[in-house]
Amino acid sequence: MLRVFWSLLHRDLLLAMRRRTDVLTTLFFFVIVVSLFPLGVGTETQTLRILGPGVVWVAALLASMLALERLFAADYEDGTLEQMLLTDQPLPLLVLAKVTAHWLLTGLPLVLIAPLVGMQYRLSDTEIGVMMLALLLGTPVLSLIGAIGAALTLGLRGGGILLSLLILPLYIPVLVYGAGAVEVSAVDLADTRPYLMLLGAFLLSALALAPPASSVALRISIQ
Amino acid sequence: MSGFLSQGGYAGFVWGAYGMVAALLAIEVIGLRRQRRTILKRLGRLMRLRSSGGQE
Amino acid sequence: MSLSWSRFASPAAFYPIAGRLIPVFWVLAAGLILLGLYWGFFETPDRLGGSNPQKEYYRIIFIHVPSAWMSMWLYVVMVGWAAVGLVLNTRLSFMMANAVAPTGAIFTFLALWTGSFWGRPSWGTYWDWDPRLTSELILFFLYIGYIALHSAIDDTRRADRAAGLLAIVGLVMVPVIFWSINCPDPNQCAALHQRSGLGRVDGNILFAMLIMTLGFWAYSFATTFMRLRGIILTREAETAWAQEQVRAELAAQGVRT
Repeated sequence: MLRVFWSLLHRDLLLAMRRRTDVLTTLFFFVIVVSLFPLGVGTETQTLRILGPGVVWVAALLASMLALERLFAADYEDGTLEQMLLTDQPLPLLVLAKVTAHWLLTGLPLVLIAPLVGMQYRLSDTEIGVMMLALLLGTPVLSLIGAIGAALTLGLRGGGILLSLLILPLYIPVLVYGAGAVEVSAVDLADTRPYLMLLGAFLLSALALAPPASSVALRISIQ
Repeated sequence: MSGFLSQGGYAGFVWGAYGMVAALLAIEVIGLRRQRRTILKRLGRLMRLRSSGGQE
Repeated sequence: MSLSWSRFASPAAFYPIAGRLIPVFWVLAAGLILLGLYWGFFETPDRLGGSNPQKEYYRIIFIHVPSAWMSMWLYVVMVGWAAVGLVLNTRLSFMMANAVAPTGAIFTFLALWTGSFWGRPSWGTYWDWDPRLTSELILFFLYIGYIALHSAIDDTRRADRAAGLLAIVGLVMVPVIFWSINCPDPNQCAALHQRSGLGRVDGNILFAMLIMTLGFWAYSFATTFMRLRGIILTREAETAWAQEQVRAELAAQGVRT
């Protein structure tokens, strides 16, 4: 069973590597959105430090959502997805493999580029560290929850906007605690513990509940 | 009576709130009745077409 | 037991039942709402003192709280019917879920509007991100999402089931979302009802509020059943009984078919 997971993960990564631009567009979108805010709000250090955590997280939500359309789209179009539904491999496992590949390509880069963004917003090293950790815990949750939305909106016209409308409310808890973690780290590092534990709890729950929900959604979308 | 209407000077807020509630609920009901008329008309027309035109 | 219930589980069987019940609920709704409004305006004090003094504008509570309660209750009802439909595969359940959604959305909007109009004179601003109103806003998005997803899918069966699953996921997330908005700092959870209402609630106020809630509840039954009958006719249009029904109703209006 583990072999199936790895082979699907490997396949998705390989396919994505052939279209490297897809991966990079998500990353650049994130950077652009993050860079836009100071231009609109002002570049005063105090303002930036207050805005930073929230802006970075909102940008991460938006980038994650934009990338989600591609999670199932390619396989849906060429019929591979139907094949996956017909195999007797557990569908949640296949979904988990695809979501993991998706996160490695669109979520993890955000974690890695966080220091750059943190510098733009004059965040301290501690804050940047906490931000990376929070993003590391939070972005997989975004991918997992987003997969449910992507499965429900498979092949629909207006898919991207509709997907955002459906998924963004569900992202709120991650946003609140992810940004909150960074904010309190400026005051007292020890205070971040409950935030990070909550994010960890979200991750574990999402890992357990989202793949089965996505599987049900896939079966609904593909009769 | 004037006390009732002015609600201690807060008439705008009180009647603004109640007004919207009354308006939306009325619109909902009226909308549903019109919807029903439309559905009946449409289905009636379909049935007339079928019975007079026969199968295509 | 199952035999008698499944008799009503078909759209054809429930259609006339709903039709007979609608006027009953209208009478109930009108009576309760009129009673509630009378009580709220004439049997309660004009101003409230105490720890959280309120002036005449507090009377908005008689439509704000019932709207909010209905918005939440109707969402649960919607999810319930969607779950029944997904598990038992019954057509009528999904029709019920779709019939409830717009009424629920309307009450959510009304809760936001009345809450905002209450907030302006009492807190000084139309919107101040009060946790409960913010949660109500999120609930509004959940309703809109349900309706949007359903209308975006052409195939009725897929639309019903996809929107139903979305609603269920939404319900599971609602406590988490509400909790995160209410308690954004887990180190020191602020009081759950910060800008709350009235402290110790006067008996007459409570009575009026409850009567209004029951009135809204009866109203929701009436509108939901009206919408449901429209949905049933539309979806079952190909069946003989539906065509017979349409013929009869048009004949009663004097229209030839």
